[in-house]
Amino acid sequence: METNLVIQVKKLNLYYGKFQALKEVNMEISRQEVTALIGPSGCGKSTFLRTLNRLNDLIDSVQIDGSVSIDGKNIYDKSCDVVALRKKVGMVFQKPNPFPKTIYENVAYGPRVHGIRERKKLDVIVEKSLREAALWDEVKDDLNRSALRLSGGQQQRLCIARVLAVEPDVVLMDEPTSALDPIATQKIEDLIRELKEKFTIVIVTHNMQQAARVSDSTAFFLNGEVLEMGDTEIMFTRPLDQRTEDYITGKFG
Amino acid sequence: MKKSQLPAPLGELAADNGRSRGHHSLVEGLAFGLLRLSMLLVIAAIFFIFYDIFSKGVGMISWEFITAMPRRGMTEGGIWPAVLGTVYITLITAAASVPVGVFAAIYLNEYAKKNMFTRVIRLSIRNLAGVPSIVYGLFGVALFVRALELGTSLLSAGLTLGLLTLPVTITASEEALKAVPDSFREGALALGATKWQAIRTNVIPSALPGIITGMILGISRAAGETAPILFTGAAFYLASLPNSLSSRFMALPYHLFIMSTQHHSIEKVRPIAYGTALVLIGLVVTMNMSAILLRAHYRKKMRG
Repeated sequence: METNLVIQVKKLNLYYGKFQALKEVNMEISRQEVTALIGPSGCGKSTFLRTLNRLNDLIDSVQIDGSVSIDGKNIYDKSCDVVALRKKVGMVFQKPNPFPKTIYENVAYGPRVHGIRERKKLDVIVEKSLREAALWDEVKDDLNRSALRLSGGQQQRLCIARVLAVEPDVVLMDEPTSALDPIATQKIEDLIRELKEKFTIVIVTHNMQQAARVSDSTAFFLNGEVLEMGDTEIMFTRPLDQRTEDYITGKFG
Repeated sequence: MKKSQLPAPLGELAADNGRSRGHHSLVEGLAFGLLRLSMLLVIAAIFFIFYDIFSKGVGMISWEFITAMPRRGMTEGGIWPAVLGTVYITLITAAASVPVGVFAAIYLNEYAKKNMFTRVIRLSIRNLAGVPSIVYGLFGVALFVRALELGTSLLSAGLTLGLLTLPVTITASEEALKAVPDSFREGALALGATKWQAIRTNVIPSALPGIITGMILGISRAAGETAPILFTGAAFYLASLPNSLSSRFMALPYHLFIMSTQHHSIEKVRPIAYGTALVLIGLVVTMNMSAILLRAHYRKKMRG
Protein backbone atom coordinates (compact mmCIF):
# COMPACT_ATOMS: atom_id res chain seq x y z
CA MET A 1 0.00 0.00 0.00
CA GLU A 2 2.79 2.42 0.91
CA THR A 3 3.90 2.88 -2.71
CA ASN A 4 0.33 3.58 -3.69
CA LEU A 5 0.25 6.89 -1.86
CA VAL A 6 0.37 9.94 -4.09
CA ILE A 7 -0.46 12.76 -1.74
CA GLN A 8 0.47 12.93 1.89
CA VAL A 9 -0.62 15.91 3.93
CA LYS A 10 0.82 16.43 7.40
CA LYS A 11 -0.25 18.95 10.02
CA LEU A 12 -1.38 21.47 7.46
CA ASN A 13 -2.49 24.84 8.84
CA LEU A 14 -3.68 27.65 6.63
CA TYR A 15 -4.49 31.21 7.64
CA TYR A 16 -6.23 33.99 5.74
CA GLY A 17 -4.67 36.86 7.67
CA LYS A 18 -5.69 36.04 11.26
CA PHE A 19 -8.47 33.64 10.35
CA GLN A 20 -7.43 30.01 10.49
CA ALA A 21 -9.16 28.18 7.63
CA LEU A 22 -7.44 24.79 7.96
CA LYS A 23 -6.43 23.21 11.27
CA GLU A 24 -3.89 20.43 11.57
CA VAL A 25 -5.12 18.61 8.48
CA ASN A 26 -3.64 15.17 7.88
CA MET A 27 -4.59 13.19 4.82
CA GLU A 28 -3.35 10.42 2.61
CA ILE A 29 -4.61 10.04 -0.93
CA SER A 30 -4.05 6.90 -2.96
CA ARG A 31 -3.20 6.55 -6.61
CA GLN A 32 -6.00 5.98 -9.11
CA GLU A 33 -8.70 6.50 -6.58
CA VAL A 34 -11.40 9.10 -6.31
CA THR A 35 -11.30 10.97 -3.03
CA ALA A 36 -14.30 13.11 -2.18
CA LEU A 37 -14.11 16.11 0.15
CA ILE A 38 -17.44 16.91 1.75
CA GLY A 39 -18.64 19.30 4.40
CA PRO A 40 -20.78 22.41 4.85
CA SER A 41 -20.01 25.67 3.05
CA GLY A 42 -17.01 27.52 4.44
CA CYS A 43 -15.55 24.44 6.14
CA GLY A 44 -12.28 24.67 4.23
CA LYS A 45 -12.61 21.91 1.65
CA SER A 46 -12.09 24.15 -1.39
CA THR A 47 -9.26 25.94 0.39
CA PHE A 48 -7.69 22.57 1.09
CA LEU A 49 -8.07 21.51 -2.54
CA ARG A 50 -6.28 24.66 -3.65
CA THR A 51 -3.33 23.94 -1.36
CA LEU A 52 -2.66 20.82 -3.44
CA ASN A 53 -1.66 22.82 -6.54
CA ARG A 54 -0.60 25.92 -4.60
CA LEU A 55 -3.31 28.06 -6.14
CA ASN A 56 -3.67 29.75 -2.76
CA ASP A 57 -0.32 31.38 -3.47
CA LEU A 58 -2.27 33.92 -5.52
CA ILE A 59 -3.82 35.39 -2.39
CA ASP A 60 -1.46 37.76 -0.59
CA SER A 61 -2.79 37.21 2.91
CA VAL A 62 -2.49 33.41 2.94
CA GLN A 63 0.01 31.76 5.26
CA ILE A 64 0.65 28.05 5.38
CA ASP A 65 2.57 25.69 7.63
CA GLY A 66 2.81 21.94 7.68
CA SER A 67 3.66 19.84 4.64
CA VAL A 68 2.01 18.53 1.50
CA SER A 69 4.03 15.82 -0.20
CA ILE A 70 3.24 14.67 -3.68
CA ASP A 71 5.19 11.60 -4.78
CA GLY A 72 7.35 12.08 -1.71
CA LYS A 73 8.33 15.69 -2.37
CA ASN A 74 7.08 18.54 -0.21
CA ILE A 75 5.46 21.01 -2.58
CA TYR A 76 5.89 23.84 -0.08
CA ASP A 77 9.67 23.42 -0.15
CA LYS A 78 11.53 26.44 -1.49
CA SER A 79 13.01 24.27 -4.24
CA CYS A 80 9.58 23.24 -5.55
CA ASP A 81 8.88 24.29 -9.14
CA VAL A 82 5.30 25.54 -9.03
CA VAL A 83 4.91 25.38 -12.80
CA ALA A 84 5.94 21.70 -12.85
CA LEU A 85 3.67 21.04 -9.87
CA ARG A 86 0.63 22.53 -11.61
CA LYS A 87 1.40 20.55 -14.74
CA LYS A 88 1.35 17.40 -12.66
CA VAL A 89 -1.68 18.41 -10.57
CA GLY A 90 -4.43 19.74 -12.82
CA MET A 91 -7.59 21.51 -11.72
CA VAL A 92 -11.18 21.73 -12.87
CA PHE A 93 -13.12 24.66 -11.46
CA GLN A 94 -16.60 25.07 -10.07
CA LYS A 95 -17.85 27.21 -12.91
CA PRO A 96 -16.77 26.02 -16.36
CA ASN A 97 -14.07 28.52 -17.38
CA PRO A 98 -13.24 27.97 -21.04
CA PHE A 99 -10.97 30.67 -22.44
CA PRO A 100 -12.51 32.91 -25.11
CA LYS A 101 -10.74 30.97 -27.82
CA THR A 102 -11.65 28.11 -30.11
CA ILE A 103 -12.22 24.59 -28.81
CA TYR A 104 -8.91 23.54 -30.33
CA GLU A 105 -7.00 26.47 -28.80
CA ASN A 106 -8.46 25.75 -25.38
CA VAL A 107 -7.19 22.18 -25.34
CA ALA A 108 -3.88 23.11 -26.95
CA TYR A 109 -3.31 25.92 -24.45
CA GLY A 110 -1.52 23.80 -21.84
CA PRO A 111 0.75 21.91 -24.25
CA ARG A 112 1.61 25.19 -25.97
CA VAL A 113 2.71 26.94 -22.77
CA HIS A 114 4.82 23.87 -22.04
CA GLY A 115 6.63 24.36 -25.31
CA ILE A 116 4.93 22.09 -27.84
CA ARG A 117 4.72 24.03 -31.11
CA GLU A 118 4.41 21.35 -33.77
CA ARG A 119 0.94 21.35 -35.27
CA LYS A 120 0.83 17.60 -35.80
CA LYS A 121 1.74 16.83 -32.20
CA LEU A 122 -0.86 19.29 -30.98
CA ASP A 123 -3.49 17.73 -33.25
CA VAL A 124 -2.82 14.34 -31.69
CA ILE A 125 -2.96 15.71 -28.13
CA VAL A 126 -6.16 17.64 -28.79
CA GLU A 127 -7.95 14.62 -30.22
CA LYS A 128 -6.73 12.29 -27.48
CA SER A 129 -7.70 14.69 -24.70
CA LEU A 130 -11.14 15.38 -26.16
CA ARG A 131 -11.74 11.65 -26.50
CA GLU A 132 -10.68 11.05 -22.92
CA ALA A 133 -13.08 13.77 -21.81
CA ALA A 134 -15.90 12.16 -23.83
CA LEU A 135 -16.37 15.29 -25.91
CA TRP A 136 -14.70 14.35 -29.20
CA ASP A 137 -17.78 12.99 -30.95
CA GLU A 138 -19.75 16.15 -30.20
CA VAL A 139 -17.14 18.65 -31.38
CA LYS A 140 -14.85 16.89 -33.86
CA ASP A 141 -16.35 18.62 -36.91
CA ASP A 142 -16.18 22.01 -35.32
CA LEU A 143 -12.89 22.38 -33.48
CA ASN A 144 -12.50 25.98 -34.64
CA ARG A 145 -15.76 27.08 -33.11
CA SER A 146 -15.59 29.36 -30.06
CA ALA A 147 -15.60 27.37 -26.84
CA LEU A 148 -18.07 29.87 -25.42
CA ARG A 149 -20.71 28.54 -27.82
CA LEU A 150 -20.75 25.14 -26.12
CA SER A 151 -23.37 24.21 -23.52
CA GLY A 152 -22.41 24.37 -19.84
CA GLY A 153 -21.88 20.61 -19.61
CA GLN A 154 -19.79 20.56 -22.77
CA GLN A 155 -17.76 23.50 -21.50
CA GLN A 156 -16.98 21.62 -18.30
CA ARG A 157 -15.88 18.53 -20.26
CA LEU A 158 -13.76 20.83 -22.41
CA CYS A 159 -12.13 22.15 -19.25
CA ILE A 160 -11.44 18.56 -18.22
CA ALA A 161 -9.94 17.87 -21.66
CA ARG A 162 -7.81 20.97 -21.26
CA VAL A 163 -6.42 19.60 -18.01
CA LEU A 164 -5.86 16.11 -19.45
CA ALA A 165 -3.89 17.63 -22.36
CA VAL A 166 -0.98 18.44 -20.06
CA GLU A 167 -0.93 14.80 -18.87
CA PRO A 168 -1.30 15.32 -15.15
CA ASP A 169 -1.12 12.59 -12.50
CA VAL A 170 -3.68 14.15 -10.22
CA VAL A 171 -6.87 15.96 -11.21
CA LEU A 172 -8.46 18.28 -8.65
CA MET A 173 -12.13 19.07 -9.15
CA ASP A 174 -13.81 21.87 -7.23
CA GLU A 175 -17.56 21.15 -7.29
CA PRO A 176 -17.36 20.46 -11.02
CA THR A 177 -21.07 19.82 -11.47
CA SER A 178 -22.61 22.48 -9.23
CA ALA A 179 -23.40 24.70 -12.22
CA LEU A 180 -24.75 21.87 -14.38
CA ASP A 181 -28.11 20.18 -14.95
CA PRO A 182 -28.68 16.53 -13.91
CA ILE A 183 -27.93 15.06 -17.34
CA ALA A 184 -24.69 16.97 -17.77
CA THR A 185 -23.84 16.05 -14.18
CA GLN A 186 -24.31 12.37 -14.93
CA LYS A 187 -21.99 12.61 -17.93
CA ILE A 188 -19.28 14.17 -15.78
CA GLU A 189 -19.75 11.49 -13.11
CA ASP A 190 -19.45 8.72 -15.72
CA LEU A 191 -16.34 10.45 -16.93
CA ILE A 192 -14.84 10.61 -13.44
CA ARG A 193 -15.30 6.85 -13.07
CA GLU A 194 -13.47 6.29 -16.35
CA LEU A 195 -10.71 8.74 -15.59
CA LYS A 196 -9.73 7.09 -12.35
CA GLU A 197 -8.30 4.21 -14.39
CA LYS A 198 -5.47 6.59 -15.25
CA PHE A 199 -5.60 9.50 -12.85
CA THR A 200 -5.87 10.22 -9.16
CA ILE A 201 -8.90 12.39 -8.58
CA VAL A 202 -9.76 14.64 -5.64
CA ILE A 203 -13.23 16.13 -5.84
CA VAL A 204 -14.99 18.66 -3.66
CA THR A 205 -18.72 18.21 -3.68
CA HIS A 206 -21.81 19.49 -1.89
CA ASN A 207 -23.81 16.62 -3.19
CA MET A 208 -23.82 13.62 -0.83
CA GLN A 209 -25.17 11.28 -3.47
CA GLN A 210 -22.42 12.34 -5.81
CA ALA A 211 -19.76 11.58 -3.21
CA ALA A 212 -21.36 8.20 -2.59
CA ARG A 213 -21.64 7.44 -6.31
CA VAL A 214 -18.20 8.37 -7.56
CA SER A 215 -15.70 8.21 -4.71
CA ASP A 216 -13.63 5.46 -3.14
CA SER A 217 -12.64 7.46 -0.08
CA THR A 218 -14.31 10.41 1.57
CA ALA A 219 -13.05 13.08 3.93
CA PHE A 220 -15.50 15.06 6.02
CA PHE A 221 -14.46 18.64 6.79
CA LEU A 222 -15.96 20.76 9.55
CA ASN A 223 -14.70 24.20 10.59
CA GLY A 224 -11.33 23.65 8.97
CA GLU A 225 -10.70 20.23 10.47
CA VAL A 226 -10.95 16.79 8.95
CA LEU A 227 -13.35 15.08 11.33
CA GLU A 228 -13.37 11.76 9.61
CA MET A 229 -11.80 10.13 6.61
CA GLY A 230 -12.05 6.69 5.19
CA ASP A 231 -13.66 4.29 2.80
CA THR A 232 -16.70 5.92 1.23
CA GLU A 233 -18.97 2.94 1.72
CA ILE A 234 -18.16 2.65 5.39
CA MET A 235 -18.43 6.36 5.94
CA PHE A 236 -21.88 6.51 4.39
CA THR A 237 -23.19 3.46 6.23
CA ARG A 238 -21.39 3.44 9.58
CA PRO A 239 -19.78 6.83 10.23
CA LEU A 240 -17.68 6.99 13.38
CA ASP A 241 -18.55 10.52 14.40
CA GLN A 242 -22.07 11.59 15.22
CA ARG A 243 -21.51 14.93 13.43
CA THR A 244 -20.56 13.09 10.23
CA GLU A 245 -23.77 11.13 10.41
CA ASP A 246 -25.78 14.28 11.07
CA TYR A 247 -24.27 15.97 8.02
CA ILE A 248 -24.62 12.99 5.71
CA THR A 249 -28.22 12.44 6.66
CA GLY A 250 -28.98 16.12 6.15
CA LYS A 251 -29.50 17.26 9.74
CA PHE A 252 -27.31 20.30 9.04
CA GLY A 253 -25.32 21.72 6.22
CA MET B 1 -60.16 38.72 -5.82
CA LYS B 2 -62.16 41.52 -4.21
CA LYS B 3 -60.63 43.69 -1.53
CA SER B 4 -62.98 42.36 1.09
CA GLN B 5 -61.83 38.80 0.47
CA LEU B 6 -58.21 39.59 1.30
CA PRO B 7 -56.95 38.98 4.82
CA ALA B 8 -57.03 42.19 6.82
CA PRO B 9 -53.45 43.47 6.41
CA LEU B 10 -53.38 42.77 2.70
CA GLY B 11 -56.74 44.50 2.27
CA GLU B 12 -55.33 47.62 3.92
CA LEU B 13 -52.32 47.49 1.69
CA ALA B 14 -54.47 47.35 -1.40
CA ALA B 15 -56.54 50.30 -0.22
CA ASP B 16 -53.39 52.27 0.50
CA ASN B 17 -52.09 51.55 -2.99
CA GLY B 18 -55.25 52.87 -4.50
CA ARG B 19 -55.00 56.11 -2.57
CA SER B 20 -51.39 56.91 -3.46
CA ARG B 21 -51.33 55.71 -7.03
CA GLY B 22 -52.05 59.17 -8.41
CA HIS B 23 -49.30 60.70 -6.31
CA HIS B 24 -46.77 58.05 -7.32
CA SER B 25 -47.40 58.41 -11.01
CA LEU B 26 -46.99 62.18 -10.72
CA VAL B 27 -43.55 61.82 -9.09
CA GLU B 28 -42.62 59.17 -11.60
CA GLY B 29 -43.69 61.41 -14.46
CA LEU B 30 -41.73 64.39 -13.11
CA ALA B 31 -38.57 62.36 -12.57
CA PHE B 32 -38.81 60.82 -15.98
CA GLY B 33 -39.43 64.18 -17.59
CA LEU B 34 -36.40 65.67 -15.84
CA LEU B 35 -34.16 62.83 -17.04
CA ARG B 36 -35.43 63.16 -20.56
CA LEU B 37 -34.94 66.94 -20.53
CA SER B 38 -31.32 66.55 -19.42
CA MET B 39 -30.65 64.16 -22.24
CA LEU B 40 -32.31 66.45 -24.79
CA LEU B 41 -30.19 69.38 -23.58
CA VAL B 42 -27.00 67.40 -24.14
CA ILE B 43 -28.06 66.27 -27.58
CA ALA B 44 -29.22 69.77 -28.50
CA ALA B 45 -25.87 71.28 -27.50
CA ILE B 46 -23.91 68.71 -29.51
CA PHE B 47 -26.23 69.11 -32.45
CA PHE B 48 -25.94 72.89 -32.36
CA ILE B 49 -22.12 72.83 -32.27
CA PHE B 50 -21.94 70.38 -35.14
CA TYR B 51 -24.51 72.26 -37.15
CA ASP B 52 -22.80 75.61 -36.64
CA ILE B 53 -19.35 74.35 -37.59
CA PHE B 54 -20.58 72.18 -40.42
CA SER B 55 -22.77 74.82 -42.04
CA LYS B 56 -20.08 77.50 -41.88
CA GLY B 57 -17.12 75.27 -42.63
CA VAL B 58 -18.34 72.87 -45.28
CA GLY B 59 -18.03 75.48 -48.02
CA MET B 60 -14.28 75.64 -47.43
CA ILE B 61 -13.66 71.91 -47.59
CA SER B 62 -11.96 70.77 -50.76
CA TRP B 63 -8.99 68.64 -51.64
CA GLU B 64 -7.14 71.87 -52.31
CA PHE B 65 -7.97 73.28 -48.83
CA ILE B 66 -6.63 70.19 -47.07
CA THR B 67 -3.50 69.63 -49.17
CA ALA B 68 -2.31 73.13 -50.03
CA MET B 69 0.10 75.37 -48.13
CA PRO B 70 -1.33 78.60 -46.67
CA ARG B 71 -0.69 81.64 -48.83
CA ARG B 72 -0.60 85.41 -48.43
CA GLY B 73 -0.23 85.60 -44.65
CA MET B 74 -2.60 82.66 -44.20
CA THR B 75 -5.53 84.55 -45.73
CA GLU B 76 -5.66 82.13 -48.64
CA GLY B 77 -4.68 78.64 -49.52
CA GLY B 78 -4.95 75.51 -47.41
CA ILE B 79 -4.06 74.03 -44.06
CA TRP B 80 -1.79 71.15 -45.12
CA PRO B 81 1.08 71.92 -42.66
CA ALA B 82 -1.39 71.95 -39.77
CA VAL B 83 -2.98 68.66 -40.86
CA LEU B 84 0.39 67.00 -41.27
CA GLY B 85 1.67 68.44 -37.98
CA THR B 86 -1.34 67.09 -36.11
CA VAL B 87 -0.93 63.67 -37.71
CA TYR B 88 2.79 63.58 -36.78
CA ILE B 89 2.18 64.78 -33.26
CA THR B 90 -0.59 62.22 -32.78
CA LEU B 91 1.72 59.40 -33.88
CA ILE B 92 4.45 60.54 -31.48
CA THR B 93 1.92 60.84 -28.68
CA ALA B 94 0.75 57.30 -29.34
CA ALA B 95 4.27 55.93 -29.51
CA ALA B 96 5.13 57.63 -26.22
CA SER B 97 2.04 56.87 -24.18
CA VAL B 98 0.73 53.50 -25.41
CA PRO B 99 3.60 51.22 -24.32
CA VAL B 100 4.21 53.02 -21.03
CA GLY B 101 0.50 53.23 -20.29
CA VAL B 102 -0.22 49.58 -21.03
CA PHE B 103 2.81 48.30 -19.14
CA ALA B 104 2.06 50.48 -16.14
CA ALA B 105 -1.53 49.22 -16.12
CA ILE B 106 -0.38 45.60 -16.35
CA TYR B 107 1.99 46.15 -13.46
CA LEU B 108 -0.65 47.87 -11.32
CA ASN B 109 -3.41 45.39 -11.98
CA GLU B 110 -1.53 42.11 -12.25
CA TYR B 111 1.68 42.36 -10.26
CA ALA B 112 1.50 45.13 -7.65
CA LYS B 113 0.29 44.13 -4.21
CA LYS B 114 -2.94 45.71 -3.10
CA ASN B 115 -1.65 47.96 -0.34
CA MET B 116 -1.50 51.59 0.72
CA PHE B 117 1.35 52.34 -1.67
CA THR B 118 -0.47 51.18 -4.80
CA ARG B 119 -3.63 52.93 -3.66
CA VAL B 120 -1.69 56.19 -3.45
CA ILE B 121 -0.18 55.59 -6.90
CA ARG B 122 -3.59 54.89 -8.36
CA LEU B 123 -5.09 57.97 -6.73
CA SER B 124 -2.23 60.11 -8.07
CA ILE B 125 -2.83 58.83 -11.58
CA ARG B 126 -6.54 59.65 -11.34
CA ASN B 127 -5.63 63.13 -10.12
CA LEU B 128 -3.15 63.66 -12.95
CA ALA B 129 -6.03 63.19 -15.35
CA GLY B 130 -7.59 66.31 -13.86
CA VAL B 131 -4.52 68.55 -14.10
CA PRO B 132 -5.19 71.45 -16.53
CA SER B 133 -3.47 70.94 -19.86
CA ILE B 134 -1.62 74.26 -19.67
CA VAL B 135 0.20 72.89 -16.62
CA TYR B 136 1.33 69.94 -18.72
CA GLY B 137 2.52 72.48 -21.27
CA LEU B 138 4.70 74.27 -18.71
CA PHE B 139 5.99 70.97 -17.39
CA GLY B 140 6.87 69.97 -20.96
CA VAL B 141 8.87 73.17 -21.39
CA ALA B 142 10.75 72.56 -18.15
CA LEU B 143 11.47 68.87 -18.76
CA PHE B 144 11.69 68.23 -22.49
CA VAL B 145 12.51 71.63 -23.99
CA ARG B 146 14.95 72.82 -21.31
CA ALA B 147 16.24 70.03 -19.08
CA LEU B 148 16.52 67.37 -21.79
CA GLU B 149 17.44 70.02 -24.35
CA LEU B 150 15.06 68.74 -27.00
CA GLY B 151 14.15 72.29 -27.89
CA THR B 152 10.77 73.40 -29.18
CA SER B 153 10.11 70.51 -31.52
CA LEU B 154 7.75 67.77 -32.64
CA LEU B 155 9.43 65.44 -30.14
CA SER B 156 9.01 67.77 -27.14
CA ALA B 157 5.38 68.47 -28.00
CA GLY B 158 4.63 64.80 -28.70
CA LEU B 159 6.16 63.70 -25.41
CA THR B 160 4.25 66.40 -23.55
CA LEU B 161 0.99 65.24 -25.09
CA GLY B 162 2.06 61.67 -24.29
CA LEU B 163 2.30 62.63 -20.62
CA LEU B 164 -1.11 64.26 -20.83
CA THR B 165 -2.68 61.09 -22.22
CA LEU B 166 -0.86 58.75 -19.85
CA PRO B 167 -3.40 58.93 -17.00
CA VAL B 168 -6.20 58.19 -19.47
CA THR B 169 -4.39 55.28 -21.11
CA ILE B 170 -3.33 53.78 -17.76
CA THR B 171 -6.80 54.06 -16.28
CA ALA B 172 -8.54 52.70 -19.38
CA SER B 173 -6.10 49.78 -19.66
CA GLU B 174 -6.44 48.99 -15.99
CA GLU B 175 -10.23 48.98 -16.20
CA ALA B 176 -10.00 46.68 -19.23
CA LEU B 177 -7.67 44.30 -17.37
CA LYS B 178 -9.89 44.40 -14.30
CA ALA B 179 -12.84 43.31 -16.42
CA VAL B 180 -11.07 40.08 -17.38
CA PRO B 181 -12.52 37.38 -15.11
CA ASP B 182 -10.11 35.86 -12.59
CA SER B 183 -11.07 32.44 -13.91
CA PHE B 184 -9.02 33.17 -17.06
CA ARG B 185 -5.95 33.76 -14.90
CA GLU B 186 -6.52 30.83 -12.55
CA GLY B 187 -7.41 28.53 -15.41
CA ALA B 188 -4.14 29.27 -17.17
CA LEU B 189 -2.02 29.13 -14.00
CA ALA B 190 -3.62 25.83 -13.00
CA LEU B 191 -2.43 24.40 -16.33
CA GLY B 192 1.13 25.26 -15.37
CA ALA B 193 1.44 28.54 -17.23
CA THR B 194 3.77 31.08 -15.65
CA LYS B 195 2.20 34.32 -14.56
CA TRP B 196 3.56 36.20 -17.55
CA GLN B 197 2.38 33.46 -19.94
CA ALA B 198 -1.09 33.65 -18.44
CA ILE B 199 -1.13 37.42 -18.78
CA ARG B 200 0.30 37.48 -22.28
CA THR B 201 -1.73 34.71 -23.86
CA ASN B 202 -4.94 34.88 -21.91
CA VAL B 203 -5.47 38.13 -20.04
CA ILE B 204 -4.17 40.71 -22.53
CA PRO B 205 -6.03 39.29 -25.55
CA SER B 206 -9.28 39.50 -23.60
CA ALA B 207 -8.54 43.02 -22.43
CA LEU B 208 -7.28 44.23 -25.81
CA PRO B 209 -10.55 45.70 -27.15
CA GLY B 210 -10.92 47.80 -24.00
CA ILE B 211 -7.26 48.79 -24.04
CA ILE B 212 -7.35 49.87 -27.68
CA THR B 213 -10.55 51.83 -27.17
CA GLY B 214 -9.01 53.66 -24.24
CA MET B 215 -5.87 54.41 -26.23
CA ILE B 216 -7.74 55.89 -29.16
CA LEU B 217 -10.02 57.99 -26.98
CA GLY B 218 -7.02 59.31 -25.05
CA ILE B 219 -5.04 60.09 -28.17
CA SER B 220 -7.96 61.68 -29.96
CA ARG B 221 -8.32 64.01 -27.01
CA ALA B 222 -4.63 64.87 -27.23
CA ALA B 223 -4.99 65.59 -30.95
CA GLY B 224 -7.32 68.47 -30.14
CA GLU B 225 -5.20 70.00 -27.35
CA THR B 226 -3.62 73.42 -27.82
CA ALA B 227 -2.11 74.42 -24.51
CA PRO B 228 0.47 71.63 -24.13
CA ILE B 229 1.94 72.23 -27.60
CA LEU B 230 1.81 76.01 -27.36
CA PHE B 231 5.23 76.41 -25.73
CA THR B 232 6.75 73.08 -26.69
CA GLY B 233 6.88 73.18 -30.46
CA ALA B 234 3.80 74.50 -32.25
CA ALA B 235 4.43 77.46 -34.54
CA PHE B 236 2.29 80.38 -35.64
CA TYR B 237 3.35 79.96 -39.25
CA LEU B 238 6.04 77.98 -41.01
CA ALA B 239 6.88 78.21 -44.67
CA SER B 240 8.13 74.63 -44.82
CA LEU B 241 6.86 71.28 -43.61
CA PRO B 242 8.50 69.62 -40.59
CA ASN B 243 11.24 67.25 -41.76
CA SER B 244 12.57 65.77 -38.54
CA LEU B 245 11.67 65.12 -34.92
CA SER B 246 13.44 68.33 -33.96
CA SER B 247 11.44 70.51 -36.38
CA ARG B 248 8.85 72.92 -35.20
CA PHE B 249 5.41 72.35 -36.65
CA MET B 250 1.93 73.74 -37.20
CA ALA B 251 -1.09 71.94 -35.73
CA LEU B 252 -4.82 72.09 -36.35
CA PRO B 253 -5.98 73.18 -32.87
CA TYR B 254 -3.32 75.90 -32.63
CA HIS B 255 -4.01 77.00 -36.19
CA LEU B 256 -7.67 77.29 -35.29
CA PHE B 257 -6.79 79.36 -32.23
CA ILE B 258 -4.69 81.70 -34.38
CA MET B 259 -7.27 82.01 -37.12
CA SER B 260 -10.06 82.82 -34.69
CA THR B 261 -8.25 85.15 -32.27
CA GLN B 262 -4.70 86.10 -33.31
CA HIS B 263 -4.77 86.79 -37.02
CA HIS B 264 -4.36 90.38 -38.27
CA SER B 265 -7.56 90.22 -40.31
CA ILE B 266 -9.81 87.91 -38.36
CA GLU B 267 -13.00 88.70 -40.25
CA LYS B 268 -11.37 87.80 -43.53
CA VAL B 269 -10.04 84.43 -42.39
CA ARG B 270 -13.22 83.42 -40.53
CA PRO B 271 -14.15 80.82 -43.21
CA ILE B 272 -10.68 79.28 -42.96
CA ALA B 273 -11.13 79.04 -39.17
CA TYR B 274 -14.43 77.21 -39.63
CA GLY B 275 -12.92 74.94 -42.26
CA THR B 276 -10.05 74.13 -39.89
CA ALA B 277 -12.50 73.41 -37.07
CA LEU B 278 -14.45 71.07 -39.31
CA VAL B 279 -11.32 69.17 -40.36
CA LEU B 280 -10.23 68.86 -36.72
CA ILE B 281 -13.63 67.64 -35.60
CA GLY B 282 -13.71 65.24 -38.54
CA LEU B 283 -10.35 63.85 -37.52
CA VAL B 284 -11.34 63.37 -33.88
CA VAL B 285 -14.75 61.90 -34.73
CA THR B 286 -13.12 59.50 -37.18
CA MET B 287 -10.70 58.31 -34.50
CA ASN B 288 -13.49 57.87 -31.95
CA MET B 289 -15.69 56.05 -34.43
CA SER B 290 -12.87 53.70 -35.32
CA ALA B 291 -12.43 52.99 -31.60
CA ILE B 292 -16.10 52.08 -31.34
CA LEU B 293 -16.03 49.92 -34.47
CA LEU B 294 -12.86 48.18 -33.35
CA ARG B 295 -14.39 47.36 -29.99
CA ALA B 296 -17.56 46.03 -31.60
CA HIS B 297 -15.48 43.91 -33.97
CA TYR B 298 -13.39 42.37 -31.17
CA ARG B 299 -16.44 41.76 -28.99
CA LYS B 300 -18.11 39.87 -31.77
CA LYS B 301 -14.96 37.88 -32.44
CA MET B 302 -14.59 37.04 -28.76
CA ARG B 303 -18.11 35.69 -28.50
CA GLY B 304 -17.44 33.61 -31.59
